[in-house]
Amino acid sequence: MREGKIAVVGDKDLILAFKAISMEVFCADNKDECETIIKKLAKTHSVIFITENLAEQIDSLLAKYKTKAYPAIIPIPSGGKSNGYGMQGIKADVERAIGTDILFNKED
Amino acid sequence: MAERLNVNPTRMELKRLKTRLKMAVRGHKLLKDKSDEMIRRFMEFANQNKALREQVEVQLKSALTTFVVAKAVSDDAVIQEAVAMPSRSVKIELDSQNVMSVEVPLISVKASDEGDKYPYSFSGVTAELDNSVEVMNGLLESMVKLAEVEKTCNMLAIEIEKNRRRVNALEYVMIPQLEETIRFITMKLDENERSTIVRLVKVKAMLAEEV
Repeated sequence: MREGKIAVVGDKDLILAFKAISMEVFCADNKDECETIIKKLAKTHSVIFITENLAEQIDSLLAKYKTKAYPAIIPIPSGGKSNGYGMQGIKADVERAIGTDILFNKED
Repeated sequence: MAERLNVNPTRMELKRLKTRLKMAVRGHKLLKDKSDEMIRRFMEFANQNKALREQVEVQLKSALTTFVVAKAVSDDAVIQEAVAMPSRSVKIELDSQNVMSVEVPLISVKASDEGDKYPYSFSGVTAELDNSVEVMNGLLESMVKLAEVEKTCNMLAIEIEKNRRRVNALEYVMIPQLEETIRFITMKLDENERSTIVRLVKVKAMLAEEV
């Protein structure tokens, strides 16, 4: 049992809302900036929330962190609407494990 | 037909291969059982993950909308100043649990009661900001839960994939290869035995003729 920290990475407007509930927030505007921030945060923080539009851009980097328990990097919708990147992650997991997507198909 | 291993057709080799085959079949069965159970556990987590994510996305959307409203009704600088100095810090406790020998994270929010929930003076800002802070605070727990479940799903999916490769390698490569080699050695040994018998019979006949 040990203590960990939560970080939020996103654009300026969004992260203000998280700052209001005393999370550590980091502002990233473009892909390169985001990659350096994530690499740095991965060493210090154990849970990192990242907005979907940014997560989409650095997909290959995030894949590297998937095998270890920490840090957990979780995409969250940014602004008003989700672009489905987070849901796609679940879908990809199910497809990887079962071979076909049985979780979402049944609703279509 | 599987390719046979490059070994000498001797009795010792045959014995060794038979033990290996036994081990491979046993391992294959165990890994297959492991795979089945992992998939069952994974589906539980995946369903939970989906439900949680839907819930968080909806809640977060409403929280962010109220925040945008709060920002709209008061001055930008006021909001910036209001949230600039959080009065308490979010602490989480990390642990790990073992799901089918995969070390998955176990995260819990450490409730901190010290410090005010609203890190600003009420006189300075509008009620909309209070609302959004309230909603965001409620959201924290489910977001952390989502992080835990989603990570578990990720790791299980990767492990299931690895395990499936192992099962397939055993089932379609290793076991047929071993079986084929064992068959080859048995036939070779039988053939040797037959030729020995034939030779003996021949020698005996030749000896009988001489006498």
